[in-house]
Amino acid sequence: MPAIVVEGLERAFGEVRAVQGIDLRVDEGEIYGFLGPNGAGKTTTVRMLTTLLLPTGGRASVAGHDVVDEARQVRASIGVALQEAALDPLMTGRELIRLQATLQGLPPAAGRERADALLERVGLSGAAERRVGEYSGGMQRRLDLAAALVHEPRVLFLDEPTTGLDPVSRKTIWEEVQALNEDGTTVFLTTQYLEEADQLADNVGIIDSGRIVAEGTPESLKGEVGSPHVELLVGEGAVPEAERVCAGLGRLLPPKDGKRVLVEVEEGAADVPRVVRALDEAGIAVESLELVRPTLDDVFVAKTGHRLEKEESEGDEELSPA
Amino acid sequence: MSELARSARVVRALGTRSIRQTFRRPQLISPIVVFPTLLLAIQTGGAGAGVELPGFPPVQSFLQFMLAGSMMQAMMLAGNSGGIAFAVDIEMGFTDRLFAAPIPRFAIVLGRLAGTAALGLFAAIWFLAIGLIFGAEIAGGVPGALLAMALTAAAALAVGGIGAAIALRSGSASVVQGLFPLVLVVLFLSSAFFPQELMVEPARTIAEYNPLSFIVEGVREPIISGIDATHTLEAVVAILGIVVLGLVLSSRALRHRLRVG
Repeated sequence: MPAIVVEGLERAFGEVRAVQGIDLRVDEGEIYGFLGPNGAGKTTTVRMLTTLLLPTGGRASVAGHDVVDEARQVRASIGVALQEAALDPLMTGRELIRLQATLQGLPPAAGRERADALLERVGLSGAAERRVGEYSGGMQRRLDLAAALVHEPRVLFLDEPTTGLDPVSRKTIWEEVQALNEDGTTVFLTTQYLEEADQLADNVGIIDSGRIVAEGTPESLKGEVGSPHVELLVGEGAVPEAERVCAGLGRLLPPKDGKRVLVEVEEGAADVPRVVRALDEAGIAVESLELVRPTLDDVFVAKTGHRLEKEESEGDEELSPA
Repeated sequence: MSELARSARVVRALGTRSIRQTFRRPQLISPIVVFPTLLLAIQTGGAGAGVELPGFPPVQSFLQFMLAGSMMQAMMLAGNSGGIAFAVDIEMGFTDRLFAAPIPRFAIVLGRLAGTAALGLFAAIWFLAIGLIFGAEIAGGVPGALLAMALTAAAALAVGGIGAAIALRSGSASVVQGLFPLVLVVLFLSSAFFPQELMVEPARTIAEYNPLSFIVEGVREPIISGIDATHTLEAVVAILGIVVLGLVLSSRALRHRLRVG
């Protein structure tokens, strides 16, 4: 049974159509990466799937329950860690997890045990009695994640779980998400980081301006926009000869400048020795060589006509009601 | 565990959090305790001779008369502080955590109101203790004190319901905070600080119909003359009226919040 099914889901805020009829399906045990720039409709979609916002069109079910008609059952099946860690800075870490256990209906003794275990799991046992306001950003995200896991949900929604975190904290969250998934939890992860989707997701949906523009495994999506290519920097005057040699090895791509030769290599790294040998035999001196693989950003560009990476730093906000 | 028992646990947990939050955030507790205590000290010190005025109800002392007013002031400000704290929860996304949990949504509002009621009870105990320390008698004895405390706590819950509804509708702590002057207007246009009989028009007529006056008198009677069924009943009806208004407004505001996210 699929963990999440979305059909024609829409959400409008007045005249603004934040989500414009999206369809997607997430199987049990899958990590689904929902990739898109700020304001693309990721958070609005997550809010509808987690019953925090009513759709204005279409339908969706999570863990087999309709998000509108069976909202209570949906909420019992999901764990949610929203974009901005929804934590009370005046509570201690332990108080927060115990409150979450109560909200999820765990008996008091089980809630206490679960809180201790989760704090241990996310490495916050030593800070459990400190107020959340004193935590670093990474600690707050880990606490938020622990709170979302208190009732061992079937489906976990993580809305940009690593935005604003340093690389070490980001890696810690990634490891935890992977470990959870190995335990069988379905994860719906929104992100604006290409690397995050690439590293974690079994399947990726790319959303732009409220529409899903591409969907598939990271590899299949990247495969759609072309093969890896070798980028060669050769000495001045050697470019025509290098191009002649490389043309026999694979398709030549348009050069970036007069010093570089770009040649597509279908087998990726396995083809690099062949390129090096051919150039060596032709007596062409290579100053540098780089194997360049298509990225999800290339997929994004191919599907939308603009870059995702550039937009990450622009920081426009997700659409929300006035 | 039954659905009702589970909801009761949630309300208790959220009420406990609400009380902790108030005591950990000085700007929430100070209006409930410090401001009304200072006003009580200033008024009893400066206007104590008011009890000699013709038409002033028979009381043991001005302090005894003023205790109900201070309790009402603290109760109103507890309701307002509860609304502010709820709006802060909405602003920082904490209510999303609650709305995403498999609990009845009314339990979220009730949890907040339970905390507000507890603060109202705390305020009542505080001012009764001040009264006793400084020589005021509680004419209704222990039952009278308990009745005054119960009515103050219930009134705090009722007023908190209005604050919660405004917080849910606006989602803005500044909007709820902006109601502070209105709280004072409602207080001063009631019999909280001055007997209705001695007010001039139009304040007297307004005070006569102000629901807060009925609650004040319901709390004051057990302190100054003993438990009186009529005053108690009128206070209960006024509180119930405000509770119903708060529930209707909160319910509409909850639906609005779900619609707009």
